[in-house]
Amino acid sequence: MMSEKVLMKGNEAMAEAAMRAGCRFFFGYPITPQTELAAYMSRQMPKRDGVYLQAESEVAAINMVYGAAAAGARAMTSSSSPGISLKTEGISYMAGADLPGVIINVQRGGPGLGSIQPSQSDYFQATRAMGHGDFYMPVYAPSTVQEMADLSYLAFDVADKYRTPVVVLADGMLGQMMEPVVLPEPVDPASLPAKPWATVGHEGKREHVVVNSLFLDSEDNERQNVARFERYEQIRRDEQRVECYRTEDADVVIVAFGACARIARSAVNAAREQGIRAGLIRPITLWPYPVSAIRECAAKVFLVVEMNMGQMIEDVRLAAEGSAPVEFYGRCGGVIPTPDEVLEQIRALDEGLGD
Amino acid sequence: MQTEPNTIAAEAAARGMKVAFSRPDSLRPVVTNFCPGCTHGIIQRLVAECMDEMGIEGTTVGVAPVGCSVMCYDFFGCDMIEASHGRAPAVATAVKRVHPGNMVFAYQGDGDLASIGMAETIHAATRGENITIVFINNAIYGMTGGQMAPTSLPHQVTQTSPYGRDAQTAGYPIRVCELLSTLDGVAYLERVCADSPKNVRKAKKAIRKAFQYQQEKRGYTLVEVVATCPTNWGMDPTQAIGWMQENMLPYYPLGVYKDVVADGFENAAEAAFARAEGCPMVADYGKDGE
Amino acid sequence: MSKELQIVLAGFGGQGVLFAGKVIANAGLIEGRELSWLPSYGPEMRGGTANCSVTLSDDPIGSPLVTTPNALVAMNQPSYDKFAGQVAEGAVVVADSDLVSGIEDAPGVRVSAIPATKLSQEAGLDGLSNIVLLGKLWDMTRFCGRETLDAAIDKSVPPSKEWLKEKNKQALQIGIDA
Repeated sequence: MMSEKVLMKGNEAMAEAAMRAGCRFFFGYPITPQTELAAYMSRQMPKRDGVYLQAESEVAAINMVYGAAAAGARAMTSSSSPGISLKTEGISYMAGADLPGVIINVQRGGPGLGSIQPSQSDYFQATRAMGHGDFYMPVYAPSTVQEMADLSYLAFDVADKYRTPVVVLADGMLGQMMEPVVLPEPVDPASLPAKPWATVGHEGKREHVVVNSLFLDSEDNERQNVARFERYEQIRRDEQRVECYRTEDADVVIVAFGACARIARSAVNAAREQGIRAGLIRPITLWPYPVSAIRECAAKVFLVVEMNMGQMIEDVRLAAEGSAPVEFYGRCGGVIPTPDEVLEQIRALDEGLGD
Repeated sequence: MQTEPNTIAAEAAARGMKVAFSRPDSLRPVVTNFCPGCTHGIIQRLVAECMDEMGIEGTTVGVAPVGCSVMCYDFFGCDMIEASHGRAPAVATAVKRVHPGNMVFAYQGDGDLASIGMAETIHAATRGENITIVFINNAIYGMTGGQMAPTSLPHQVTQTSPYGRDAQTAGYPIRVCELLSTLDGVAYLERVCADSPKNVRKAKKAIRKAFQYQQEKRGYTLVEVVATCPTNWGMDPTQAIGWMQENMLPYYPLGVYKDVVADGFENAAEAAFARAEGCPMVADYGKDGE
Repeated sequence: MSKELQIVLAGFGGQGVLFAGKVIANAGLIEGRELSWLPSYGPEMRGGTANCSVTLSDDPIGSPLVTTPNALVAMNQPSYDKFAGQVAEGAVVVADSDLVSGIEDAPGVRVSAIPATKLSQEAGLDGLSNIVLLGKLWDMTRFCGRETLDAAIDKSVPPSKEWLKEKNKQALQIGIDA
């Protein structure tokens, strides 16, 4: 049975979708602009026999996610940029202990306290260095409220399947905006597959299990990492997601994700109306990066548009492998680029291509 | 649960002897990494004996800290989780919330509990998390080689207080039981020490009581064990016991710092509301704290 | 008027600009249109300036942030001063003449200034000047069917404030008739 469309804020849609994915354990700490997510959880969890716990800090919150995940539960936390920085230690431990869990980042401007307005300046952090050590984690970048629900829901399945923390990388604009959304079907947490590695008490029926990221023998540590990277290869192969919009014949192809991709889409449409062959590649997974979509694109020039000073552009350049120039346009610190600004960039690049 | 059959009893019976002393079932048959004379071994044994006697090993989840006892996830027979430095109370909180029927304890040292993990300690206690903390206070960071701890005594020489801890610049030691005793979520706090057979028995009684209170859902429980670190104190084990008795026990007096049952209450919540009597915000909660 | 309606509603925090925007969004939802609603957010919870962008469209919506509105509802002076100059050609501007002065006709812009605060107070509907102005906006743009508008009120008012539904509908009609 298809659910009806409802009007929801992005932050609330992510919370609702997480609970529908069977998450009954939310640990958070207040920060703008993700507040509605935690508030929604605090209202809804008690009604669904779940736990909403406002932790003493982001550090404690992520370690509670670690504990709940170790005990076999679907668990999550949410925060915004400065708070995510505090969680990175715990996320590294989750990766090291092969624990699933979902971390939602409703990004704001940085560095430091930055601004409370939308930003995409945590791209490097999410895709490269979410804590110390040698690890990656799947990163989903929704660009509509519908996708915020769908990808938050999917994140729990992917986390369990590969035993890895998963990030949903949103931003203040997406978190605060309302759009119609069809919510995914609820899953009963009791119906989820058992996790034999979880610390639930052995009841005398098996050897004790240990959830741990410490390997004092360096060869052991290396083996763990190598095994984990084999899973990463599988994720790279099977979990890439991307949307290509009007790219078939496009000369100027924008690459943008999340809220920026919406703005870029408006600019692409406006450019097409002016007779410019423009298109948009929108990565939905930022890791694994949809490399082949870029590599197979016959663009004459790429224009990367981000709400930062240029971060994803590095992945686009790596993927394009010099097949076409890769240019950049960005606004940062909480400033949102307008479709007109992006259109101006498209026109300039198109003119530069000549006939 | 043991992987190898415990053959000691069988062998003893074959020789017509009785086993007078053996490893508790809740300790795994592995060699520990503790220095000679270290009291961690005694205390972990006490925790295991309590699990044996209460028959709870199969339903218990332990949380190991970062520090000398980091490897205790290998020693205890119950399911174990290794936490990051200081975060054991947060991890234990979540484990208990997911499976309230499990017994959950964290085993932490002084740096882990009272320095880097102080926020987690205070807040797990004030939330009245129904968990047990076994806190080993030996006034030094052991695993990293003997640096000043939050509980190092004034004038105590360590690797990072080579001229002795100067209270004017490094502050004063933290008395954890005294500090936590002001918090309403706490059901039971006792400071013990393992320097003599008599005190070892008392220490075990305290740990047992803490587990018992957890089983009875009375609130947060913590047992602080004043301990030694002969290696990093630069002493032999006997000297270390003497130094501890002479210097630490006056600063960290043994005894019960909070016991809501002895105070005539069912649990921490009941005690908390009685303490706040007269505040209209708690008037409606009733005696059971609901 | 283009088929995509890009609205900015602006006023003081607490005047109900976000709620009025939500009614428009719910009207779009009821009629199965594409829509987005985006509030400004800042450190001020009360008394500061608040605005929201609402877009109704028949195509997927790009940027939810409206920078060149073709409809503006201005509930106070700073909002009018800030946004009146940003509107598109052919835009509709609705303002509360009790709180905004110096409302000017601009070439290619249809301006309607109504005393929404006074009208709502006279009808015993204190605090519903936002909905009076919304009624006027609807009258000038017909962004949805008339019944849809009432249904959108029903959908937007939380169940705990059931009694406000009729009052909101009265306020709408006052605005439409003004």
